[in-house]
Amino acid sequence: MATETTAAEGSSLVFHPMDQFIVKPLFGDGAVGMFTITNVTLWLFLAIVAIVLLLIWPTSKRAIVPTRMQSVAELAYGFIYKMLEDICGKEGVKYFPYVMTLFMFIVCANFLGMIPMSFTTTSHFAVTIPLALAVFLTVTVLGFVKNGAGFLSLFWVSSAPLALRPILAIIELISYFVRPVSHSIRLAGNVMAGHAVIKVFAGFAAIAAISPVSVLAITAMYGLEVLVSFIQAYVFTILTCVYLKDALHPHH
Amino acid sequence: MATEPVNEEVAGSCVDAGGSAIGMPQLCFDWFPNQIFWLVITLVVIFLVLSRVALPRIAAILAERKGTITNDLAAAEDLKAKAVEAEEAYNKALADARAEAQRIAAEARAEIQSGLDDAIAKADAEIAAKAAESEKAIAEIRAGALESIQLVAKDTAAELVTALGGEADAKAIDSAVDAQMKG
Repeated sequence: MATETTAAEGSSLVFHPMDQFIVKPLFGDGAVGMFTITNVTLWLFLAIVAIVLLLIWPTSKRAIVPTRMQSVAELAYGFIYKMLEDICGKEGVKYFPYVMTLFMFIVCANFLGMIPMSFTTTSHFAVTIPLALAVFLTVTVLGFVKNGAGFLSLFWVSSAPLALRPILAIIELISYFVRPVSHSIRLAGNVMAGHAVIKVFAGFAAIAAISPVSVLAITAMYGLEVLVSFIQAYVFTILTCVYLKDALHPHH
Repeated sequence: MATEPVNEEVAGSCVDAGGSAIGMPQLCFDWFPNQIFWLVITLVVIFLVLSRVALPRIAAILAERKGTITNDLAAAEDLKAKAVEAEEAYNKALADARAEAQRIAAEARAEIQSGLDDAIAKADAEIAAKAAESEKAIAEIRAGALESIQLVAKDTAAELVTALGGEADAKAIDSAVDAQMKG
């Protein structure tokens, strides 16, 4: 990417598709330390504000007949609650605030990232890896606490022929440890790719002859990205539910 | 990494002198602690906000709505039962009134009938009395007439016998007339 950038420098065609992901301090020009207030801080904070505006502000009247915004809050609640209950059963409902936190954060961060010139926090592995690791560790700890050594039966596929079981156990074990990797990279990768592609199309807009096509392409990509924003949040959440189910009921 | 950053402290190893990203900013580990730190704070805040305020509130709203709907349905059921009851009461009152009307009509009819019967019986009795009286009168008249006929017949017989030049035997004529009358 760096070579491309330097090659394009000087001409009107400049591609900096990854610049939108740069972390920089909000105040001053210092280095980015651990506690520096950066654009990451700002957009994470805006995600909190968005959640408050979505879930708390519209429900403050506690209307029996909901307003539109209250309906949205209730729908979000019902959507995740039902998903969790369908997948994990009644025992899973205990972890609803946790799952709801993940979903609301990801969906708000994704959609805030769709605002032009914004910073997309969920496009960073530094954000999605801790999220996925948290789920992985929670599920693993919960599995052993709830089932003791019985949690290991998750890897011992009792429905398979006995001779195949050790091989399957190895495969299951590998797939289990790959979970946080795929879980985090799926989210960050999708979001990052979409945003970078939009930026590339935007770079082409500098050429007058191509710019109408470029604008169309950006519009189309934007629509796709809106879809991806929601779907990736949904996928992350539903996978969290599935992993939780494994912890609660490890027997296939 | 192609160009040396002008200000190492400002740009760091992930941004070049022009302020553009070198490679993927996602893989710039210099920024990881900052992002993770703020992410953890954000997640904790969101978790607290959701679990303390938002979710209990929405759960309460949904429960309240469910309760209200259940109550309203129960009330509707109640009102429906009451309506059915009222209709039954109305129908019963209607049937009662009809029965009462019928009873009154029957009573009136019976009264009229009995009055009529009495009147008819009285009239019958009067008619019977009158008929008996008339019969008696007729019988008397008939008896009187019979006597008169005998008398007349006897007188006529005697006259006839006399006219024919015979001697009227009162006894013979009487017996002859009686015999004729009987025959």
